[in-house]
Amino acid sequence: MIYQGKQKIWADYQKEIPDNHWFYVRSCIRQNFFPASEKYFLTICRDMLGRDIYETEHHTTCAGIAYHCDTIPQETAMTVVARQFALMTEAGYDSLVTSCITSFGNYTEILETWREFPELEAKIREQLWKACRREFEKPKYLAHASDLMYKLRGEIAERAQYRLVSRATGEPLRVVEHIGCHYSKMFPHKGVGGAEYPCVLSGMAEAWGGQVIDYPERRHCCGYGFRQYHVKANRGYSLSNTHKKFESMEPFHPDLILTNCPGCPYFLDRWQYVIAEMEGKTYGQNGYGIPALTYEELAGLVLGVDPWDLGLQVHQVAIEPLLDKIGIDYDPARKYLGMNEKKIKTPGLPTTLKCC
Amino acid sequence: MVNRTPVIAVIGAGIAGLEAARQLSGLGYEPVLIEKAPAVGGHVAEWNRLFPDMAPAADLLQSLEAGTSGIRTHVDTEIASLGRLKDGYSLILSNGETLLCDAVLFATGFHLFDASRKEEYGYGIYDRVITNRDLEQWFNTRHDPRVGKPKAVGFVHCVGSRDVKAGNKQCSKVCCITAIKEAIEIKEEFPDAEVYCFYMDLRLFGKKYEDFYIRAQRDLGIHFIRGRVSEVGEAIDGRVVVKAEDTLSGKPVKVTLDLLVLMAGIVCNPDAQHYARELGVAVDEDGFLKSRDNLGAVIESSRPGVFFAGACTGAKTVPETLAEARSAALAIHQYFNKRR
Repeated sequence: MIYQGKQKIWADYQKEIPDNHWFYVRSCIRQNFFPASEKYFLTICRDMLGRDIYETEHHTTCAGIAYHCDTIPQETAMTVVARQFALMTEAGYDSLVTSCITSFGNYTEILETWREFPELEAKIREQLWKACRREFEKPKYLAHASDLMYKLRGEIAERAQYRLVSRATGEPLRVVEHIGCHYSKMFPHKGVGGAEYPCVLSGMAEAWGGQVIDYPERRHCCGYGFRQYHVKANRGYSLSNTHKKFESMEPFHPDLILTNCPGCPYFLDRWQYVIAEMEGKTYGQNGYGIPALTYEELAGLVLGVDPWDLGLQVHQVAIEPLLDKIGIDYDPARKYLGMNEKKIKTPGLPTTLKCC
Repeated sequence: MVNRTPVIAVIGAGIAGLEAARQLSGLGYEPVLIEKAPAVGGHVAEWNRLFPDMAPAADLLQSLEAGTSGIRTHVDTEIASLGRLKDGYSLILSNGETLLCDAVLFATGFHLFDASRKEEYGYGIYDRVITNRDLEQWFNTRHDPRVGKPKAVGFVHCVGSRDVKAGNKQCSKVCCITAIKEAIEIKEEFPDAEVYCFYMDLRLFGKKYEDFYIRAQRDLGIHFIRGRVSEVGEAIDGRVVVKAEDTLSGKPVKVTLDLLVLMAGIVCNPDAQHYARELGVAVDEDGFLKSRDNLGAVIESSRPGVFFAGACTGAKTVPETLAEARSAALAIHQYFNKRR
């Protein structure tokens, strides 16, 4: 591997990411999958790093999932997105940051389509006006939340309580990164580092002390693939894709998987349980799995946020071996305490995948 | 027309420039070779053996250089500016010399496509991914740790050729036969190696080319897979994992190789475009220099006294290039005869 070769490519795929004042739109599904990620994006950016991130309860889905599942036409998604732009305009912002990779891809695709076909943009403006009497300016800057976290990675590193380094050996942790397909595969120049060797996540991992591992199926889909999963009959494809990735990364012994898409951490996490049940195989050390984290969760960990406040107990793969490896303090007794220290139910343990 | 011996500036001392200069000198003119590189020979100087007879490239160059031994040659010399005069042209060279000439011959050749631009193939990223030029240099020097003793080798045809996304829609013409030549050479060097050629089409039009193809398949067992490589990754042992589609069987293919050779295509030389603009010579939509007529006047530009030879107008084989160089010399001769 020639690292300088990647750096050369990265230099060609840099994007302008304003430092402050963003209108934030959440994901439809992330709050269900990994509930603290979006909260900690706001906590880190606003409270810890002093940035202005605005959000409104009036925003809706971007309709990206429906669009990619072929259940609505793109014009419908465009009108929904136009309404989000109207909310941004009304709030006085011109930079829009999305929590979801599919939203980012959807917004990017729509803006590019309007650039190519201005008459379509005019039609959508008319439709939006007829539907809800709203008007909008297009965002000057569009970013995914991982872009912003990438931009802030140095500040996070300066405030870090922990580094991605093994406490026992002093060696950097081995990090596998997985960008969502909709981040830059459709429009390589809209993602930090492009599509083939993106550096949005690897930049974070390296800034926080880790060593990024490349492996043959790095670019392969996580297994979500929308119609692979949402159409029940296709779920075998979803699982086989994820299985392919784990078989490929296994020889590299990664300590963790870093992701930036709503679906990727979910499938890379949950399917490890299914593979273990079906084949009796696990991919982490000593019968554990490989933790798949969102970039907000990883940023929270290095900043010293309590792992249970970050929601890491809702991961299928046990996080404790990773915490121990880094040397992060945690209280096992607090793992399944809910709001106001109320004890919530402890999940049953899988038969094969080792959990704490 | 002046009474002195006409001077012809020959831009580029690859095989086209050398052969044209030799012919012009033989016809009684004074060619002056101007070469940007430190030595003459162009791309052929980097090649090992040439199809169809596997003749050493060095032998060809040796004979061409012998034929130009008395000709004024500037190597390691760039052209700072080119200008038109009433009856000729002036060239200011990077060595400070000003060359006044009566005609200009473009023998500027081509550039190999920068294979790192096809990011998915990993040239410049993965150690075991090399180009056709790298492999020819290995044949010449046997010094390249990337080659080693491979047990599985792949060749990717059309890297940066017939590729609209890469900005080069033209066929590079010689890559198919070069890939087969190099695949055969690798197989001869490493008989136990499995060799794969990933191709879109095989365009084997030249003398004995088909023989190469048949021999590669029938006698040497080289695998020809019709389909483009979609991506390349690196396995933990440093070998490269290649994914492609076999469009004949309709199945995806994944192979792990010790070496992947990218057949970088032929693209226009940006220097030629720059010089052409300075002289007011037309450039074609593919970036190569535009001939006055693609049938009867390929070696003539639209400007009197400016001529072309070789790959400056598009991809060409060695024999075509040499034939064109001779043709250009004759065209220049006729040009001066008409002016007398």
